[in-house]
Amino acid sequence: MSEASPAKAYALHLGIIALLFALSFILPEYYHGLLARIMVLAVFAMGYNMLFGYVGLLSLGHAMFFGAGLYGAGLAIIQLGWSVPAALAAGLACGAVLSLVIGLLALRTTGVAFMIVTMMFAQVFYLLILYFATWTGGDQGMVVPQPARVLNFGATSLDLTDPTVRYICALTLFSLVLLITLSIVRSRHGRVLVAIRENEERTKMLGYDTYSNKLAAVVVSGTICAASGAAYALLFGYVGSSFASVQYSILPLLWVLLGGAATTLGPLIGTVFMYYVIDITSGYTSAYLLIVGIALILLVLFFPKGILGTIRQRWLRWLP
Amino acid sequence: MADRPEVHAWHHFIGRVTVHFGPHLLLAALEGLVTSAVLALTALGLSLVFGVMRVVNVAHGEFFMLGAVLAWAISTAISGHPALGFLAALIIAPLIVGAIALVAERLVLRRLNYNPEATIVATIGMLYIIQQLALTFYGPEARPVEPPFNYRILLPWFGYSGYKLSIIAASALLLIATWLVLTRTRIGLIMRATQYDSETAQAFGIPVGRVYGGVFALGAMLAAIAAVLIVPISQAHYLMGQDPLLLSFIVVIIGGLGSLRGTVVAAVLIGLSDGIISMFFSPTLAKIIATLLVAMVLVFRPQGLFGTASR
Repeated sequence: MSEASPAKAYALHLGIIALLFALSFILPEYYHGLLARIMVLAVFAMGYNMLFGYVGLLSLGHAMFFGAGLYGAGLAIIQLGWSVPAALAAGLACGAVLSLVIGLLALRTTGVAFMIVTMMFAQVFYLLILYFATWTGGDQGMVVPQPARVLNFGATSLDLTDPTVRYICALTLFSLVLLITLSIVRSRHGRVLVAIRENEERTKMLGYDTYSNKLAAVVVSGTICAASGAAYALLFGYVGSSFASVQYSILPLLWVLLGGAATTLGPLIGTVFMYYVIDITSGYTSAYLLIVGIALILLVLFFPKGILGTIRQRWLRWLP
Repeated sequence: MADRPEVHAWHHFIGRVTVHFGPHLLLAALEGLVTSAVLALTALGLSLVFGVMRVVNVAHGEFFMLGAVLAWAISTAISGHPALGFLAALIIAPLIVGAIALVAERLVLRRLNYNPEATIVATIGMLYIIQQLALTFYGPEARPVEPPFNYRILLPWFGYSGYKLSIIAASALLLIATWLVLTRTRIGLIMRATQYDSETAQAFGIPVGRVYGGVFALGAMLAAIAAVLIVPISQAHYLMGQDPLLLSFIVVIIGGLGSLRGTVVAAVLIGLSDGIISMFFSPTLAKIIATLLVAMVLVFRPQGLFGTASR
């Protein structure tokens, strides 16, 4: 796929990151804030794509990994009074542990059963948040107070509620995850994952341990999603149960399908596109779920490769 | 999936009166049987679609909701005795829902060639579309439908709604009818042949495409009938399809995918335990335990508790 041109691929990705950095100086205030949010959610989509795009495992429960990061970081900062870096680490750890446990259980199933099992585990996670409302705030959620959202480096301190700082933090996370996914995809492990997606039996027969490769992919995917959730709690200051609901398991699927599954930049394009479509249509109608529904059906029917997937198939064969 | 307020109210009421244990258990069991009756019909629809077409219909709960909402619309449009409006709803609402399902099947599922994963994504899309349209045209309110008759059967300890008992009877009749159709008629034979091996069935001249369309519509109609039966007790609301969807999944998985007997047994089991568990625990905790248990069944015993290993 991208064999011939590693330099081209890296140049493209660094170019995208530079473009996003430049945009922070140009964009008007409203779109500035929106793009910061989109970048954090695009990380969620990239985590989802790791599993859905490259391994071909369609999970309907990734909201629980996002929620693990969100609540892991949020609870650490609100209930335990931890600092920002410690809270971020707590969110990541929650996501890693949860995805390991879920992976061990759910990978015993395949196909449709995998979809339903992940959906059910996510539902349990969501109900647990509602059940322990004393700590989690139930369906009201919690607000992370502004004084807690400050990053201290010795004498200097960064206020995460400041729009510019927030944008740069979101961009940093996004760039890190983008380059990590790119390197995973180009690695030996990444190629085994694609081989599993194409034909698991044959990959097994060739001597690869498909189970541990899949488990690793679940943990990486879950941890990336948790990073997105933790960043969301710290940067936007709201921790709510709706982020763990079924809808937030469907949205990354939609973003990835739209942008192009198994492309490194597809999740970003899908998230940007869907966010702007909803943003524009919400001016005319409050029925944004209708748009989501129609988009899902049209994509599956007529456009299963998504935007970047189609571009890669037609013109740019080297796209990773 | 927020818990319905009336469940909480009932729970608190039960919590306060703790003197007579036996009657409460009987009451909980009766309530559980009503739940089971509705659940069995809804889950049977899901199970038939999965059994014959090998696809999971995530929009199944929305067909249920649509049945209830249409029942409200039809029964308010018809004046006179409430039984008249209810009867009209019981006939017309499932037919409309079946027609909608048939159109959806022709326009979307058939074009996807019944690919299991693409179908799930597409039916998620349908779920959102139906839900949003119901919110737009029906509104966010929960609206009651008057029961066709108000007759209380007096038991030694408490009076019990005769209508609720008639739900159990109606559901039992419909289940028996479905079983007879499946095992004793030509249509049932065609359906079973398609379920067993659709390619061979096609080779023997069975119009598999039309069978799929019919089964999908039938599944949606069963959900709609269940909703019309329950709506005089639980009100019509645009989000009411979520709980039945989850519970139907649970029933179908426990009962073994595509098995009618397993579905009914599991529905009674889940319905009864749901009523009895939520009498002693909070409804949320009951849901957590049930969902977790079922996920574990799916992980460790994918053929269901009553099913046999698939071919």
